[in-house]
Amino acid sequence: MMSLALFYILAGLLVVAALTVVLQRNVVYCAMALIAALFLIALLFLTLHAPLIGVLQVLIYAGAIMVLFLFVIMLLSPSAMEQRRGWWSLGGVAALLLGATLIALMAGREPPEGPVPAIELFGSPEMVGKSLFTDFILPFEIVSVLLLVAIIGAVVLAKRGP
Amino acid sequence: MIVDIGIIAVKAFLVLFMVLNLAGVLGWIERKGSALIQDRIGANRASVFGFAGMGLVNTLLADPLKFLSKEDFVPPYGDRFLHTLAPCMALFPALVTFAVIPFGDVLVIGDRVINLQVANLNIGILYIFAMASLSVYGIVIGAWASNNKFSLLGGVRGSAQMISYEVALGLSVIGVLLVYGTLEPQQIARSQGNLIGDLLPESASFLKRFIGWLPAWGVFLQPLGFLLFFTAAVAETKRIPFDTPEGESEIVAGYHVEYSGGKFLMFFAGEFAEIVTAAGLMTTLFFGGWQVPYLMRDGFHFPWGVTWLLPHLAVVLLQVGSFTFKVLFCCWLQILLRWTVPRFRYDQVMRLGWKMLLPLALANVMVTAIVIFAAQ
Repeated sequence: MMSLALFYILAGLLVVAALTVVLQRNVVYCAMALIAALFLIALLFLTLHAPLIGVLQVLIYAGAIMVLFLFVIMLLSPSAMEQRRGWWSLGGVAALLLGATLIALMAGREPPEGPVPAIELFGSPEMVGKSLFTDFILPFEIVSVLLLVAIIGAVVLAKRGP
Repeated sequence: MIVDIGIIAVKAFLVLFMVLNLAGVLGWIERKGSALIQDRIGANRASVFGFAGMGLVNTLLADPLKFLSKEDFVPPYGDRFLHTLAPCMALFPALVTFAVIPFGDVLVIGDRVINLQVANLNIGILYIFAMASLSVYGIVIGAWASNNKFSLLGGVRGSAQMISYEVALGLSVIGVLLVYGTLEPQQIARSQGNLIGDLLPESASFLKRFIGWLPAWGVFLQPLGFLLFFTAAVAETKRIPFDTPEGESEIVAGYHVEYSGGKFLMFFAGEFAEIVTAAGLMTTLFFGGWQVPYLMRDGFHFPWGVTWLLPHLAVVLLQVGSFTFKVLFCCWLQILLRWTVPRFRYDQVMRLGWKMLLPLALANVMVTAIVIFAAQ
């Protein structure tokens, strides 16, 4: 009961934050609303007893990626601050299609009877680390090569100069 | 149920109360300390009923009163909402981080065992970094909302600096996590109650006699890690020698140049609360947390065979007192640094972060991992 009430409060705030991201015309406000949305998703993860994913959500998305977003926004000229409106119809159609698909997918399923209890260490740093370095070692290494390529690319672009 | 919630509320209130008040006292220590270092008298003007009290009354009472009674000025072309939000975002992370820092072992009252820590998370260290990564927003938003070029410069400098040093800060802790094998701050503090002699293998009898009597604190096992962490933490709190976001000789006062009154007080208190939090972290990770050397749960057990049993309450009080003393020591270390070293230039700050701290932290992680692997 308590957790359900908490879910509705968090989900309601999340919808408000997400709508602000889309509807607000000031880009800095959009970014702030996006940070709030990411933070609320992290709280949702906490209510689902997945603290690791919640904390990583804050650490990586809200704490690192959004800072870079804001960094770029602050360096833009004030005239670029106002969003242009022109893609509304296309965006609306895409949103409707996505919503319809999700509803169609969910309508055919029975909601599970009770929450399924997770095993003791599920989602703990130990388990995540173990599966990263055993079952998923190849994707893990490929991602590190990808990041290395991105870093080298950034260095090359920065060194080129005018 | 009600009692449990009550205990958590009391612990949260106590920790918040201590952090905020220590932040206030630090403001006084900074003035008196700087006066001591620079051979001045320092704050001694305000007095209550003729009692000046070395200026302590001045800072703790007169300062906040004066700040709160000043006009709250918002620049006419600034953004009023974000201008108000920014100081809150600067103060918030500094205050919530202390929730996972343990200030004592366990307090046993009857059959109730109270863990002297507000929130015991199994990912405590990650939580600390998540909250620390949010502290950028206070200065970025404050700088942008002021609509002032000096502010914006300060904000851009601050965000770049804090992102850069977060990397070194995170990597410098990895060594400690490897040594103690856990992400729980309480567990890290408990592990530091061992002696180095217990960790060394039997074959290293020379080392055992030489340093075996030392407690297994992070500062002894990870000396380079401590230096890196300390440097990165000072850079994260944006204090001299890393105060380029403020840089009053170049960009007036950086991100808070357009702030006055209570909002400025929040930035000010946030900075000192960050010092307290950084000190709490240093204590927990590198100075044994609440540990007193050789003090076990039932009293002192000295390595030369002497035992001195103590009642439980005395042990708990000694532990909390030890934690407080170490936090004060680390705070004083940071304040001492501020009045000893001049400000770095911005490019020097960046070079130190990326070209010295980061490679050293990576090397520290490598060497620690190899040593632990070889010792197994």
